[in-house]
Amino acid sequence: MWYKKDLLGIKELSQKEILTILDVAKNFKEVAARPIKKVPTLRGKTVINLFFEPSTRTRISFEIAAKRLSADSLNFSSSSSSLVKGETIIDTALTLEAMAPDIVIVRHSKVGIPHKLASILKSSVVNAGDGAHEHPTQALLDAFTILEHKGKIEGLSVAIIGDISHSRVVRSNIHLLTKLGAKVRVAGPLTLIPPGFEKLGVKICKSIQSAVEGCDVIMALRIQKERQGRVFIPSLEEYYEMFALTPQTLKYAKEDAIVMHPGPINRGVEISSEIADSPRSVILDQVSAGVAVRMAILYLLANVKEKQDG
Amino acid sequence: MDKFILKNGLVIDPLEGIHDKADIYVENGKVIKIAERITKRGVKQIDLDGLVVAPGFIDIHVHLREPGYEYKEDIESGLKAAIAGGFTTICCMPNTKPVNDNPYITEYIISRANKLKLAKVYPIGAITVRQEGKILTPMAQLKRAGVIAFSDDGFSVENSDLLLRAFQYSNHFNTVIIQHPEDNYLSNGGVMNEGEVSARLGMRGIPNIAEDVIIARDIMLADYAGSRYHVAHLSTKKGLELVKEAKKSNIKVTCEVTPHHLLLTDRSIEEYNFSTCVKMKPPLRTEKDRKALIEGLKDGTVDVIASDHAPHHKDEKELPFEDAPFGIVGLETTVSVLLDRLVREGIISLERLIELLSTNPAKILSLPGGTLKEGSVADITVIDPQREHTIDPKKFYSKGRSTPFAGWRVKGKVVMTIIEGRIVYADL
Amino acid sequence: MILVKGKKEVEERIESLASELLEKVKSEKSVAIIGIHTRGIPLASRIIEYIKPYIAVEKGQLDITFYRDDLSKIAPNPVVKATKLPPIDDKVVVLIDDVLYTGRTVRAALDELIDFGRPKKVYLVVLVDREERELPICADFIGFKIKVKKGEKIDVKFPETDGSETSIYIRR
Repeated sequence: MWYKKDLLGIKELSQKEILTILDVAKNFKEVAARPIKKVPTLRGKTVINLFFEPSTRTRISFEIAAKRLSADSLNFSSSSSSLVKGETIIDTALTLEAMAPDIVIVRHSKVGIPHKLASILKSSVVNAGDGAHEHPTQALLDAFTILEHKGKIEGLSVAIIGDISHSRVVRSNIHLLTKLGAKVRVAGPLTLIPPGFEKLGVKICKSIQSAVEGCDVIMALRIQKERQGRVFIPSLEEYYEMFALTPQTLKYAKEDAIVMHPGPINRGVEISSEIADSPRSVILDQVSAGVAVRMAILYLLANVKEKQDG
Repeated sequence: MDKFILKNGLVIDPLEGIHDKADIYVENGKVIKIAERITKRGVKQIDLDGLVVAPGFIDIHVHLREPGYEYKEDIESGLKAAIAGGFTTICCMPNTKPVNDNPYITEYIISRANKLKLAKVYPIGAITVRQEGKILTPMAQLKRAGVIAFSDDGFSVENSDLLLRAFQYSNHFNTVIIQHPEDNYLSNGGVMNEGEVSARLGMRGIPNIAEDVIIARDIMLADYAGSRYHVAHLSTKKGLELVKEAKKSNIKVTCEVTPHHLLLTDRSIEEYNFSTCVKMKPPLRTEKDRKALIEGLKDGTVDVIASDHAPHHKDEKELPFEDAPFGIVGLETTVSVLLDRLVREGIISLERLIELLSTNPAKILSLPGGTLKEGSVADITVIDPQREHTIDPKKFYSKGRSTPFAGWRVKGKVVMTIIEGRIVYADL
Repeated sequence: MILVKGKKEVEERIESLASELLEKVKSEKSVAIIGIHTRGIPLASRIIEYIKPYIAVEKGQLDITFYRDDLSKIAPNPVVKATKLPPIDDKVVVLIDDVLYTGRTVRAALDELIDFGRPKKVYLVVLVDREERELPICADFIGFKIKVKKGEKIDVKFPETDGSETSIYIRR
């Protein structure tokens, strides 16, 4: 049974809720293999993609998910800067509410916006990424992909490499993986690992070698090129030398370790082409899993049941 | 009404060591007599049985926003909020538009305030022109115009040499330099405390060291110059330790803390669902820091509690957490939340609270008031420690409504504010 | 719970249902026999056992959750079971369910089936018809007709799904 009105973060989910989403996603993976990839489940439901930050991949993934469930899916894009002056988030939320959508998918460059909208809107809210805070559907699709390849999550060692400070993917993944019993290590330039990060229950490694050693899963994060030359990373070349996933660095991982990346990848920055194109790379499986996981979430939220007392 | 008798109140004046049920006779704006029983024919009596009579409270860290930001607050709304919150005197920070860095702005603020006959206002002048940290302000002229202390509040004076000159120059007037301790390079774009919570929430943190390094440096500079230094809204454990050590070495340093840093931590950001009512500078710190501040209240290291009343417009505070301006209102909540969460819970005595809110601020800034000694100015705050109420920002006089204390059920309230013998606020 | 049909009676009736079905489809080259989750599946496997010596059979199973018309009214079981169908284009398809009541499950099953292809003919086999239809749907092969009052439920049990012997109960 599913009782949560919104999906705001992995932090708020129980282990059981995570497993429910992943189970339901399996069925939707099967739907994607049918001759007609569309089921009438959410006919008549309206899903609004409210994206305050440009994102093609995540938005399209949600859009396909909604369409395959026969929901009506609409896009509302706006740059967050236009909201700094003039219309506030609350105005936008109330405008949307007046159109009575069933589910609102929110992406915003600032932390906490989906949470704020969820507290105002009657509709269900799905966090499609808020600042560097959470990106729950990404973590769920990552877990789905790991399960497909490894059959379990408990007991696995997962290394996450890259710009930890600015990544919402890493935070959601840490919550999810540790809730399901994996051991998580992170590595990246120490200027990009915020103080206090070890309190999230992860091991911080100073080198990529120590991070990937004996690992089952290695996730590279996207390096934002604009961080180069500021205080964080002296140069991208140096980053590549120290932290990129290459055949050399992967030697330290388990032989059957899989390589993941939330996309879009920067070849020659955080990952070498040899690795990105190797059979170890499950990056495209992650993309397919994304649709199934998002269908599962829309399905569960659209049919949310008020929790009965007692 | 130029004379009256306050009857049967519990009179507490830490400076004079008074803690007795007594009557107070006020005439011509002065406390004339305090005695167990005063009767005078034809003089109005106000019965304050069961209430506490204290020297008027003084908030030395207030942003009145006028001139320039009247949409956030103006002198009138700010001073109404002050008297409703029990403050007879406030000191206003210079970060107005234009900045209070010249005597004309100082005179403007004082003349506006004087006309209103609400709380008394003593402006704090800027240390540097336009608070830019480059050129010293005309401190002597500002002092003559009525400035009570100097601060570039909102910014630390970054240039150590310039700050040293400010300290040296302030010795001419024996004036306090108040510093907002924050190294802008270290707090670089941060929006909340740096620590476990910011790591988890993915928001840029302001580390404790951003505050600590400035406090440490300033103490050394003040010591070197032999000047008086006051730390504004101190929020860290280490910062407090630095002040405590400096005091032991007889360096002339004092410090203030705010109610929110005493009662809340950075966990509030999640608990309040990213509401901007918990966004201020310095940011809410950890439980370790909060407990240290409470200890500082008990052991005497903390000299003053100030509200850092920093009103903003509703639209500004409705921005996303990371974009919204820093600052919350405090004039109308400070006394109630402190009575409830510190005094009622037995953390500090009522006497100590009055010392923090009246005696010490008056002493540090050489302000009139802070005592009920016979002959002193009749600035008086009357509180009802038993009065239960719910904090409701809709009822605020301030134009700012953003406060983490909204909705708190508290016991203890200001019921009367008397300034120079005039009853300016009463809710008996 | 009242036992209305015991093991022996139900098993015998399933066999005779299978033989009636075989009679009807024996001229076909093959049939696709598709059980509807949950208890259409053990019923289907019994029928398949009976007829497969005589005719080529392809197995399938169908979970109709995604095609339900009442998702907004009921709390769906979030765990949806797998749908696995053989090719059905131009095939004779036999849909199998334990109880036929309002007809809504069969409606959903037909819709889902048709999204997978275009069968030549579809038969419906049910163990129990409790009547009170809400849609114009009827079964081709019926095990038992059992009338129950409103608020009563018919429970069909199989060892595979319920851990108890094959039987039919009425439950209030």
